[in-house]
Amino acid sequence: MSAGVGVNLENLWIRFGDFVAVRDANVNINGGDFFSFLGPSGCGKTTILRAVSGFLEPSEGNVLIGGNNMKGIGPNKRPTALIFQNLALFPLMKVWENITFSMEIKGASAKERRKRADELLDMIALTGQGDKLPAELSGGQKQRVAIARALCAEPDVLLLDEPLSALDLKLRQHMRSELREIQKRVGITFIYITHDQGEALTMSDNVAVMRAGVIDQIGDGKTIYNDPNTAFAASFVGENNVFRGTVKKVIGNEVMVSTNRSGDLMARISSNNVGKMKEGDDAMLFIRPEAFALAPVGTQGDHFVTAQVTKEEFEGNVFNIFMEGEGGKEMKVSLPNLGQSFESHKGEPMTLEYDVHNAVALPAGVLATE
Amino acid sequence: MKNFSFMRLSIWFYLVIFFAYLLGPLVIMSITAFNSPGFPRAAPWECLTFEWFSALFQDERILNGIWNSVLVGTGTVILSVAMGLAGALMLTQIWPKLRATYYTIIIAPILVPGVVIGISTLVFWDRVNRMLGLDADSFLSSGLFLTIIGQSTFIASYCMLVLVARLQRYDNALTEAALDLGASHAQTFRKVLLPFMRPAIASAAVLAFLASFENYNTTTFTFGEYPTLTIELAQKVRYGITPAISALAFIIVLLTVFAALFNEAKIRRQELVAAARKTATVEELETGKFRLPGFLSSNTAAVLLVVVAMATIAVVGTATVYSPAQCIADVKETKRLETELRIQELLQRRADEAARRAAEEGEQSDQAPATDATPKPSNDSGFGNVFNPGTLQDGGTETPEEEPENSGSGGVFDPGNLQSN
Repeated sequence: MSAGVGVNLENLWIRFGDFVAVRDANVNINGGDFFSFLGPSGCGKTTILRAVSGFLEPSEGNVLIGGNNMKGIGPNKRPTALIFQNLALFPLMKVWENITFSMEIKGASAKERRKRADELLDMIALTGQGDKLPAELSGGQKQRVAIARALCAEPDVLLLDEPLSALDLKLRQHMRSELREIQKRVGITFIYITHDQGEALTMSDNVAVMRAGVIDQIGDGKTIYNDPNTAFAASFVGENNVFRGTVKKVIGNEVMVSTNRSGDLMARISSNNVGKMKEGDDAMLFIRPEAFALAPVGTQGDHFVTAQVTKEEFEGNVFNIFMEGEGGKEMKVSLPNLGQSFESHKGEPMTLEYDVHNAVALPAGVLATE
Repeated sequence: MKNFSFMRLSIWFYLVIFFAYLLGPLVIMSITAFNSPGFPRAAPWECLTFEWFSALFQDERILNGIWNSVLVGTGTVILSVAMGLAGALMLTQIWPKLRATYYTIIIAPILVPGVVIGISTLVFWDRVNRMLGLDADSFLSSGLFLTIIGQSTFIASYCMLVLVARLQRYDNALTEAALDLGASHAQTFRKVLLPFMRPAIASAAVLAFLASFENYNTTTFTFGEYPTLTIELAQKVRYGITPAISALAFIIVLLTVFAALFNEAKIRRQELVAAARKTATVEELETGKFRLPGFLSSNTAAVLLVVVAMATIAVVGTATVYSPAQCIADVKETKRLETELRIQELLQRRADEAARRAAEEGEQSDQAPATDATPKPSNDSGFGNVFNPGTLQDGGTETPEEEPENSGSGGVFDPGNLQSN
């Protein structure tokens, strides 16, 4: 990896009065990584970011940047630059003055600043727009100006607080790849905050999934998606169908769960929970919509599920079938469109089969609310 | 439909009344500044004159008052804008539970009568002065210092209100962004917060200056050896006013109109420039071919400003060459003639009356035996004719011999004579 500056959080606690915003966070972010904190709003991810950037002193624990403890060092002395959720471009300064603000306060001459601004404007594909005011730019352009302004300060760590949330879908997707591109080019550590799991998975080297101040899981996108640690991580990242039940039998790293609705089903125990699940424990079984395949109606077995079809949707690349699931919640099945003919089965029972390896069993826990 | 037009009509009527009420006195006062009579009045119009302006500029006390007002105003602007900004910043930073209390305390000086502030300023600083063991003519007891301090106590609150309004629209993320980019707190204040606050600071400064300029009731206790314009005017009015004060008022009105028009023109221009920039293409901006709209194009305020400026220059120009001496002499002449005419009239009336009385007397002497109750008819007239309306004009004396002298002394009360002597 490139020689970027890493960030470590050690036993980090942040409290506001009685409210615990961050609970014992331990994170190692490698230098040059694109690292994301993913969680629903109010889970404490922005709080962590503010602790890293220096706007908040942790109640306990340490923030280390490049191995140096940042205790008592103000935000203006830290090698970080933050991109704010609302961007916080200085409204009265022209674009080029905005971008080179960090140079201005160091006393650089206007000529130097202008030169650097033009370089950065070229990089963010806004050549020649330096004399505009931020209010005269579009949302995506402002976004890029904010990035350029942060990069101009030559930080070791760039912190991004949901910077894409205000953009429309098309622009957001475009900016995702652009951000990733920029990160690769400058080679510094990016810490990215988002509640959008798509953003986190597509851009990040590593993702931390957070829930109510606790980090549930840290890993790369594939691990998080395929091998979640907790019921929350499994239900928050991507779509998932849950089957509640109790553990009937543990066989190596596989388990048989007697589910409330669909009888005994086999699943793989998620790798972090191997050995932690015992017979009689409450358990949850997660199967992704795309992990199902059609089977002859009425087939019985430990990897077959039968239910009534309630709704069908054709989405182009996939055919979505919604079936009666647990607790009034629908179970979603996505079958890839491979040119086969889909007959409507609305109101009829349907049997699905899945590969045991694609079903994950976890100890029962809180699910993400949508 | 009929109702509707009636509504519109009454709204227009209301507007006319309202503006007449609002601006009428100013217009009348401005007119009196150009009329020649020695007492400010708009009607009857006598002569166009600029002498009141030169009278104004030759009045040492007024000029000194203006200078003192400017001194005090400048000091007050500096002090109260600084205090107001500090107070406004404090309000946004303070612990939320204390905010309401803090606000009440800081607003309180506005609610306290100016007289009280004046007295308390005087008493307080006198104490401080004595505690420090300073002389009576020390800086702390100088009229300039006391007036600035006294006025600033409540003007700072006005400033704070203006500044808080703007500060509430400030995004604190801007401060954080500046800090995050490496700026110190001082740099953030200077480069981010202050530029943002600049419009509000400007309006607070204008407000503070005007409030200081027109203040009387606080200043009257504190001015010491620095009488401000309001103090001087108040003292002058005691001995009667002349149109020189109207001239001063007119100058102030004119300056206000200038300032308002200038401000409006500036705002309009900014809008036009922004609109032009928005429609300009990138190439235009790049190559410098982009042309800003002209100062006067589609900017009514700017046009008006120029027109008013031209008019002022023209008036000042004519004022230097124009001499109303002839007109004033003519007016004097007509007045003299009028007075003479009136005297003649009076003399005529008295002569008639005397003739009538003589006739009556003749009648009475004929019937003398019939009316023995009346002792001396010649002396009787002084008492018996009290109820005769004709006697009122003569102040009771009616002997024909005294008439010429009488009219001379009686003329003192004739307002027309004020100008003629």
